[in-house]
Amino acid sequence: MKTLVWVEHDNASLKDATLATVTAAAKLGEVHLLVAGSGCRAVAEAAAQIAGVGKVHLADNAAYEHGLAENVAPLIADLMADHDAFLAPATTTGKNVAPRVAALLDVMQVSDILSVEGEKTFTRPIYAGNAIATVESTDAKLVITVRGTAFGKAAATGGSAAIEDVAGPGDAGLSSFVGAELAKSERPELTSAKIIVSGGRALKDAATFEEYIMPLADKLGAGVGASRAAVDAGYVPNDYQVGQTGKIVAPEVYIAVGISGAIQHLAGMKDSKTIIAINKDEDAPIFQVADIGLVADLFKAVPELTEKL
Amino acid sequence: MKIIVPVKRVIDYNVKPRVKSDGTGVDLANVKMSMNPFDEIAVEEAIRLKEAGKAEEIVAVSVGPAKAQETLRTALAMGADRAILVETDAEVEPLAVAKILKAIVAEENPGLVILGKQAIDDDSNQTGQMLAALLGRPQGTFASKVEIDGDSVAVTREVDGGLETVRLALPAIVTTDLRLNEPRYASLPNIMKAKKKPLDSKSPADYGVEIAPRLKTLKVSEPPVRQAGIKVPDVDALVAKLKEMGVA
Repeated sequence: MKTLVWVEHDNASLKDATLATVTAAAKLGEVHLLVAGSGCRAVAEAAAQIAGVGKVHLADNAAYEHGLAENVAPLIADLMADHDAFLAPATTTGKNVAPRVAALLDVMQVSDILSVEGEKTFTRPIYAGNAIATVESTDAKLVITVRGTAFGKAAATGGSAAIEDVAGPGDAGLSSFVGAELAKSERPELTSAKIIVSGGRALKDAATFEEYIMPLADKLGAGVGASRAAVDAGYVPNDYQVGQTGKIVAPEVYIAVGISGAIQHLAGMKDSKTIIAINKDEDAPIFQVADIGLVADLFKAVPELTEKL
Repeated sequence: MKIIVPVKRVIDYNVKPRVKSDGTGVDLANVKMSMNPFDEIAVEEAIRLKEAGKAEEIVAVSVGPAKAQETLRTALAMGADRAILVETDAEVEPLAVAKILKAIVAEENPGLVILGKQAIDDDSNQTGQMLAALLGRPQGTFASKVEIDGDSVAVTREVDGGLETVRLALPAIVTTDLRLNEPRYASLPNIMKAKKKPLDSKSPADYGVEIAPRLKTLKVSEPPVRQAGIKVPDVDALVAKLKEMGVA
């Protein structure tokens, strides 16, 4: 099987999510990559170094600069004439583009796969991760999004794939990019952080969230997350949200501070290797999934913990 | 401008789903069902656009069993003007739903179709994007802000690193994210009035759409259960554990 993998990037460097998608694609067959963007040859060169990659398609065109689905989906659909499967990471970019490609090819997408069970058989979470479905595609071609935390990362070096320029249909004339407001953070990106410190409603307000959670995270070199309650209450911006409707993370260590552990939140973090919960309510559902629990007032325990580390 | 809002009847988000012991699916018998939370946000946004004088009519659409009527009545009680139920007891995949919606769009000619970003049962996150592809129209997915301006709409999208704004030519497809708005509750008088609003019943065959599934579900199982953990008595014990793990 020949697979085509969407390379996620910002026209300068490649995003980590791509590497896990390459691992999933390699289980299906030959791996080709697509780098679509503007002035992004450096990304294609980096992509060509990824171990196990057979070929890199480079579509360099101003129309592809911001990855607008209206422009890139027809390009991918054209390339799929020579490929059997299209895989994208299940990031906001992948989720935006892949279903548009699937519909153009008249196939059903398999979303957010956790494993490859056979050539056309995959597992995926449903009902906020409360059930795992094993599904088999009956379509001629596959369109798949891959849950990054479920697959190991392919080695970023060791490969030497050829780069082939491709021209696509270009600007579909339906949409344009206006601007972006990216949250600035010196801390590790949530979806790739090894340790995450996450705060919930119990943090009371934005100032206390900053005062209690951030120093602990910085001490551990951790990414900072939040529950939906904390985001809705305005303690932190919404890109901090971990859960079914936020980000799905699976770090080595997830420290949940003042988070009760609603189904919605657990869906986003229950595949973490070790879960640590600090909560003053000993009956909080978070303790049912936590490997290590501390029943304590976070306003006392967190500063003490930060100091003793 | 007319707005179409597709809504889905799903298991209530507060219910913990139980996997059937024979592995064929999730047990939905006698389980509380509600409107998909993201669809409530879509209905709310359509109503706000109507209240702002940007839209004249809101049509709520659902594809599903006869009981999906209740979901449509909820949308009508919130403020939708009329509803269309495409009735089928089969499970309909996003691709087939998108094809049915495409046919409805061809009949109704809406300026906007506003959908939820994903349904909390199948967690697919596909239907809006697929509909946009089938119609050859632009898509504004994961919207946290929607501003109509003449013949285009600016959509602020929630993306992984923050927010991104795109401008789309109308007609367009928008899918809602959580932060777009806070849906209103239907008042009792409005629930009563909603019973008199028109609700058309159709079938997938009326739109010439083949709904046979493309994905075969071989098995549905419980996720792996986490090992029961331990509780530590104090911060010192927690620090010791973290050191043991090599974290600190």
